[in-house]
Amino acid sequence: MMPLALAGSAIAVAGATPSERRMVLRVRDPRSAAEIDDRDGALIRDEGDLLAARARRFKAAVFLEGALLSDNADGFEVTVRLGERFDHLGDGDIVGLDPGSLRLRVLYRRASKHNSFLVTERCNHYCLMCSQPPRNVKDGWIIDEIASCIDLLDPATASVGFTGGEPLLEWRCFIALLAAFRGRLPETAIHVLTNGRAFAAEEVTAAWAALGFQRLTAGIPLYSAVDAVHDYVVQARGAFDDTVLGILRLKDKGQRVEVRIVLHAVTAPRLRETCAWLARNLPFVDHVALMGMENTGFALANQDLLWIDPLDYRADLACGVNVLRAAGMNVSIYNLPLCLLDRSVWDFAVQSISDWKNGYLSECDGCAGFFSSGRPRLSRGISPIAAADLQRTLSGHGVVVGDAGS
Amino acid sequence: MTSFHGPATFAPNAATELQLLPLRFERLGANRFLVANFVGDLLLLNEEELDRTVSLAIAPGDGLYERAFEKLLVTRKKQRSQLQLLALRLRSRMSFLREPTPLHLFVVTLRCEHSCPYCQVSRRSAERDRFDMSEELALRAVNVALSAPTPRIKIEFQGGEPLLNFELVRKIVGAVHERAPARNKAVEFVIASNLALLSDEVLAFCQKNDILLSTSLDGPADLHNRNRPRPGGNSHELAVAGIRRAQKVLGRSRVGALMTTTEASLTRVEEIVDEYLRLDLDGIFLRPLSPYGFAIKTKQFERYDGAEWLAFYKRGLRYIIEVNKRGRYFPEFYAALLLKRMLSDRPIGYVDLRSPAGIGLGALVYNYDGKVFASDEGRMLAEMGDRTFELGDLRKDDYRSLVLSDKLVGLIGNTLSQCAPQCSSCAYEPHCGAEPVYHHATQGDAVGIKPLSEFCARQKGVLQLLFEILDSGGEDSAVLRRWASG
Repeated sequence: MMPLALAGSAIAVAGATPSERRMVLRVRDPRSAAEIDDRDGALIRDEGDLLAARARRFKAAVFLEGALLSDNADGFEVTVRLGERFDHLGDGDIVGLDPGSLRLRVLYRRASKHNSFLVTERCNHYCLMCSQPPRNVKDGWIIDEIASCIDLLDPATASVGFTGGEPLLEWRCFIALLAAFRGRLPETAIHVLTNGRAFAAEEVTAAWAALGFQRLTAGIPLYSAVDAVHDYVVQARGAFDDTVLGILRLKDKGQRVEVRIVLHAVTAPRLRETCAWLARNLPFVDHVALMGMENTGFALANQDLLWIDPLDYRADLACGVNVLRAAGMNVSIYNLPLCLLDRSVWDFAVQSISDWKNGYLSECDGCAGFFSSGRPRLSRGISPIAAADLQRTLSGHGVVVGDAGS
Repeated sequence: MTSFHGPATFAPNAATELQLLPLRFERLGANRFLVANFVGDLLLLNEEELDRTVSLAIAPGDGLYERAFEKLLVTRKKQRSQLQLLALRLRSRMSFLREPTPLHLFVVTLRCEHSCPYCQVSRRSAERDRFDMSEELALRAVNVALSAPTPRIKIEFQGGEPLLNFELVRKIVGAVHERAPARNKAVEFVIASNLALLSDEVLAFCQKNDILLSTSLDGPADLHNRNRPRPGGNSHELAVAGIRRAQKVLGRSRVGALMTTTEASLTRVEEIVDEYLRLDLDGIFLRPLSPYGFAIKTKQFERYDGAEWLAFYKRGLRYIIEVNKRGRYFPEFYAALLLKRMLSDRPIGYVDLRSPAGIGLGALVYNYDGKVFASDEGRMLAEMGDRTFELGDLRKDDYRSLVLSDKLVGLIGNTLSQCAPQCSSCAYEPHCGAEPVYHHATQGDAVGIKPLSEFCARQKGVLQLLFEILDSGGEDSAVLRRWASG
C-alpha cells in the first residue's frame, strides 16, 4: 500500500530561465496531443515519443528516467528529468516546478476524479488529527501558481477540490481565484474544504454568494455540538461559534454546505448526540459526511489521544446515520471499509479515499479500502464480505468531490 | 512542532462566562424532570442535574455541560451561535404567520339527514330556504377567501351535510376556478360529508376537480350507528360503501375519515382501529368530543372526563404502534401532528393548535346565513346564542375588515400561550397552542385557568406519553419517528 508520488524533486532541470522562480508545465503525450501550448512539455518514455516531440516542435520535454539516449535534450528549450516514481504522469497532467531547488509538485491529474488544489499551508486551526499540518509560512505564490495553470485544465474535469491550510485566510485572493476557475471550467463541481470561520463575517459570505455558482460547496468540519469539544479538537477558542455562524450565514444566502465530522476518540463518544443536534439545528445543510480518520500528520503525533477502533463506534455511527436520515438529510460515510460498518448503513458508505492514496489488503478485493498514507492502523474487525453483498452495495455509488482526508 | 493544548484551555469559566438560556421544566416523577429549551427540545434530568444546570455548576467533561449545551440550555456570554440557532428555529416554527388564513370553511347548508346526539353543530332537518347558503353570499365568500394573503388556500365544504346543497358546491368550485388564477392562488377542495348521499355524479365531480373527501367513521357498525342515527339506521353501511367507492374512483389517499369518541367508544378502541384497517384507510384520528352544539344540549360531552379519554387514547396508541410494528404504516394523526412539532421545526398546517391562535389567522368560517366566524367551533357557539367569535357579515365585510377587526386582534392578542398564565412556564408550550374558543366555551374566559382545563390535561397527557415512548428508544420510538417525518 504505497501512495502515488504527488510531490518530490526532479533529477535535473535545464534551460529554464534562472529568474523564473517557479514554472508550470503541462505534460503531454507527444504522439496524441492535439493543440500545443508554450507551457506544454512532451512526456518522453521512448525513442518514438522523442521523435514525435521533435517533429511537433515541443518547446519543453519531460524525460522519465531510464528511457533515453545521451543527446536527447537537443532541440528543446527546457528539459526536465524525472525519476521513476513519477511514471504515473499522463497526458494533460500539470506539474509545478521550482527550477532552483528542483522541487516539484503534481498539481492536477487529468484522469483522476480526486483533483484537489492545496491553496495555502497556513491555518488558524491546529487540529489534533490534521492530515496536512499547517505551517506559518509566506506562501502566497501557491495561489498564483494555481491561477497560472487554470487555462491548462481540461474543461471536461468533473470536479475539483480546494484545500489547505485554510483557503479563506486570504479570502479576497481565494474568491478571485474561484471566479477565474469558473471562467475556464463552467461545468465543474467545486468543493472547498474550509473551517468556515471566515463566513461568520457577512462581507465574506456575500462575496462567496455573489460568485453565483450552482455547483460550489463549502465542506466545513464541525466536530461536536459542544463548543468546548470542537474548540479543543481544532485547538482554537471561539472556533465553534464562528463556524456555526458561518454555516448559518451560508445557508441564509442559499449556498451549498457540507458538514464533516472526523471520527476519533474525542468526537466518536458523543456521535449520537452530535447527529441528533445536527438533525434538529442544521437540518438544512446539504450533506453530512461522517469520516474515518486518516492516520497521518498530527493524528500520528496524537495517536494515544485519538485512536479508537472503528468497531467500537460502529453502533453509534449506525444510530447517527439513522437519526440524520430520519430528518431527511443526505449523509455519507467516508473512509471506512464495509466490514467495520453495521449492515444497516452500508448504503451510505462511499468510495471516498482519493485514488492516489487508496490502499487495499489482500482480503479487501472490491471494497472501499483504506488510507495508505501515513501509518495505517487497522481495526480488529477487518474481514472479507461476500462478493454478492458487496456488489449490491457499491454499484451505483458516486465518487466524492474533493479529498476526504481530515 | 508547537505543542497541543489540553481540553481545559477551551473550557468556559462557569462563574464569569456562562449564561443560562430560557428553559422550562415539568416534574414527571419523584426525581425526574422534563426540561425544554426555548424551542421545545426535550431533555430528562434528575433534580440534582436540574439544580446544577440552573445554577451553572457545570463544566465540560462532566457530561451535564455537554447535554445542556447541545440542548441550547446554556451559552457563553459572548457567543452568538446559540442565540442565532434559537432565533432561526423560532422563526421557522412561527413561519405559519407568513401565510395567513390558509383554511376557509363554507357552511353551504345547515341541513342534515343524520341526527347525531354529539353533533357539534345544531343541525336542522327542514326548511331548505332558511338553512341553505345563497349563491350571492357564496360568491362573496369566494372573494374573501381569495383575498387571504397566503398563496395556497384550502376550501372545505361543511354542513350540515354539504351534499344536500351540492349545486352550490358546484357553483363555488366553478367560481374559484374562474377567479383564482388571476390572484395566483393554488386552491385545494375538501368536502366533509357523511357520504350517505354520495352519488356517481358527485364522485365524477370530485374526480374532475381533484376534491378530497373527508368523512366520519366511528368504528364497527353497532357503535357507529348508535353514535350516528339516521332514518333507516344504516349510516355505517352507507359510510363504508361511500369510502370504498371513493377509494376506487378517487384513489386511496383521496378519502379520509374522522372518528369521535363517545362514552360507548371508551372500551372499544381496538375494534375502532380494526375497522379503519379493514377499510384500508391511511390512518386514524382519535378525537375527543367537543363541548359545542348538540353535544352540550344532549349532555354527551359530560359522559366522560379527560382522564378517561386519555386512558382510551393511550390504549389506542399502543395498539396502533403494534400495527405499525407488524409492517403497516398507519399513523394516529394527532400524535403525528404533535411529533412533527416535537421533532422538527417545520411549521404545521393544523390551525387548531397554534399560538397566536388559528382563529381568523388560520381559518375563516362562512356560515350559511352570511355571518363570518373565526373558527368552526365559533359558529357552533353562535348557534347556541354566543356570538363572541362572530367577526362580521359577508354582506358588508371584506378580508381585511374581518381579520383586522378589533375583536379578532383582541382575542388573539390576549390568548398567546407564550405569555398566558401557566402556559408560559409549561415545558410543553412550544408544541401546544392557544385554545380561546374551547376555554371561552368551558370557562367563560378565552385564556382560562389551565389546571381546570381538560384541553390542557389532554395535551399534557398526550405529549408526555409521546415523549416517554420516544425516550424509551427501540422499535416503538422508531414508529413515532416515522410518523413525524411522514
